[in-house]
Amino acid sequence: MASVALTHLDPASRAAARGWSDLTIRNMFIIPTLAFLIVFNIFPLIYSLGYSFTNFAANRSEPWQFVGLQNYRELLSDDHIWSNFVTTAKYVIVSVTGQMIVGFGLALLLNRSFPMKGLITTLLLLPMMMSAAVVGLFWQLLYSPSWGPINYVFGLGDFAWLSNPDSALYAVAITDIWMWSPFVMLLSLAGLSAVPQHLYEAAAIDRAGWWYTFTRITLPLVSPILLIALIFRTMEAFKTFDIAYTMTTQPTAELIAIRLYKQAFQQWDTGKSCALAYIVLIMVLAITNLYVKYLNKVKER
Amino acid sequence: MRKLVTSVLAGIGLTLAYGTSVHAQDKELTIFWAEWDPANYLQELVNDYMAETGVKVTVQTTPWPDFQTKAFTEFNAHGDAYDLVVGDSQWLGAGSTQGHYVDLTDFFNQHKLTDVMAPATIKYYAEYPGGSGKYWAIPLEGDAIGWSYRKDWFEDPKEKEAFKAKYGYDLDVPKTYAQLRDIAEFFHRPDQKRYGVAIYTDNSYDAMAMGVESAIFSYGGDLGDYASYKVDGITNSKQAAAGLEMYKDLYKFTPPGWGKTFFVEDNQAITGGLAAMSMNFFAFFPPLVNKATNPYADVTGFFANPGGPDGKRFAALGGQGVSVVSYSKNKDEAMKFLEWFIKDDTQKKWAELGGYTCSQAVLKSEAFQKATPYNKAFYDTMFMVKDFWATPEYAEVLDQLNQNIYPFVVGGKGTAQEALDKTAADWKATFTKYNRYK
Repeated sequence: MASVALTHLDPASRAAARGWSDLTIRNMFIIPTLAFLIVFNIFPLIYSLGYSFTNFAANRSEPWQFVGLQNYRELLSDDHIWSNFVTTAKYVIVSVTGQMIVGFGLALLLNRSFPMKGLITTLLLLPMMMSAAVVGLFWQLLYSPSWGPINYVFGLGDFAWLSNPDSALYAVAITDIWMWSPFVMLLSLAGLSAVPQHLYEAAAIDRAGWWYTFTRITLPLVSPILLIALIFRTMEAFKTFDIAYTMTTQPTAELIAIRLYKQAFQQWDTGKSCALAYIVLIMVLAITNLYVKYLNKVKER
Repeated sequence: MRKLVTSVLAGIGLTLAYGTSVHAQDKELTIFWAEWDPANYLQELVNDYMAETGVKVTVQTTPWPDFQTKAFTEFNAHGDAYDLVVGDSQWLGAGSTQGHYVDLTDFFNQHKLTDVMAPATIKYYAEYPGGSGKYWAIPLEGDAIGWSYRKDWFEDPKEKEAFKAKYGYDLDVPKTYAQLRDIAEFFHRPDQKRYGVAIYTDNSYDAMAMGVESAIFSYGGDLGDYASYKVDGITNSKQAAAGLEMYKDLYKFTPPGWGKTFFVEDNQAITGGLAAMSMNFFAFFPPLVNKATNPYADVTGFFANPGGPDGKRFAALGGQGVSVVSYSKNKDEAMKFLEWFIKDDTQKKWAELGGYTCSQAVLKSEAFQKATPYNKAFYDTMFMVKDFWATPEYAEVLDQLNQNIYPFVVGGKGTAQEALDKTAADWKATFTKYNRYK
């Protein structure tokens, strides 16, 4: 009878009736989460920070030695690493700019009523649901100079997108734009749908033009959510590995994540690769902080 | 009473027999290798071992790009997932010095394997350091760079006439790299979707390095002195630069977009009717003689790597030896398996199934050399092979070579001499870092 009576109570009261306090319930969820975070995130983070000051190599049985800042010094004075950073910066700029333009453009087009809007929106979302490695292989075929449809459609003949050192990086960036523009589109659509309609009606009464409405109403109100999309995509683009790794071996498209992988799992230079991972982490944090500061300013307006 | 005793004894006998059988079935060995045809042949071969001994042997495979990473991740974790590994020849240094492989020197000497296996396979698949008489693997799959070509294109009278008119000698299987280059140029007809040659260009592991070193060795160059780690004047010698220059020259006659190619693409160049000649490891040739996978199977021929300007003739070594993993819990059982594997009958069966035996007797036999259209070329090649560095830091050294030669060959940046000068400098710095100069 008691259990039947309990079902009529709200969850907190039911828990209280069973003798669980709010604190107990909170702890039931928080303690496992904290434990998970500490074991799988914080502990490896601190452990790898320690390794970054050693000459530890995971494939050697000799004991490691403390080398201080040597790994960081060597990495920051290595031309190859700087060239990887420059390549990554180029890639992030091209890829994220492309995604923002295409994604926001698509959102503007979809933010109006037309037949089969739902189906078209769903189809546009498909690329980002695919595995990055599969997308890489798929686009490798699309770019093929022998049988790929891209050269055929654009009349580019035998142009070798991925073998050409000058175009390989951009070919990978185009693929990333195709894959992740829908993500920007989705966030932008959410932002656009939140803009109060009465503002557009007031602008229409005042006979404001499209450009004026766009720059004075749409863009300012959507910009906080666009900045969030920008933060996510910049962080992700900075870490890109799979698409670039599967598509080309051009050194001009060797992103910092690929260099990190080679250092850690092909050369087993564990200490140095930990140091490189920290340099990348610091850079991503610095860029993200800049964005967040700007985002706060935009929100305050 | 007698019935009772008989029944009890029979019961005990059955139980013992059943128990023994279950015990044998319980024994299991796992061999780790890359995912390719020879691994399937090996699985077929070891099924015989299971039939003979009751020990189940599984050949576990992983795609080539993951092979090294997966194997070394397991080694570094001192994992016992694999009892034996068919590791790449360049792993020998890392596998032996870092304690991943069991020392097989006694086994090697006891079975006089230096007399049984082909000399090159012992030198490159088994011994580390070179010349030390310490052995860490049993040569399992011999392999090296070879070539396939379109016999029908080569034998077409019109083509022969046109070739002779242009180059002044008969169109035939190339004896030198210079001839190979001429033939590649002759058949390179992009307007007809026909191309001269398919070579390795992928620089993510050892594909391009293997292709390039085949040319460098044949041009009289070397990658360095593997005993003293001397690289200055060897890695960047004029002969080495000439070999690299030739490889870049060949790249001009490859199909378009040939900048990330390895064994799959080079076989496709033949099966797709794209190229006149294609470089590949011999172990990847079986699909080229199979009509189901190659519509041009009847008109596909094979030849060994051509020579350089001074008549020197070498080919990059592929292939692998099988090593016992030192973290295995079944080391004794693994050693028993190796004893079975080196038997003459087993080696013969291995070759019949399609594996490239390293047994001298089988290799020299007429039956082996006539078994496939490419076995004779393979036999010739196995006596002129050279390998990459097997030093424990080979992965770093390989990456540095890739970083320097790829932009020259595929990107057209700089010169061959500059690429090799930079490689020599990088390697010297790496060997200094690992205290190789003592």
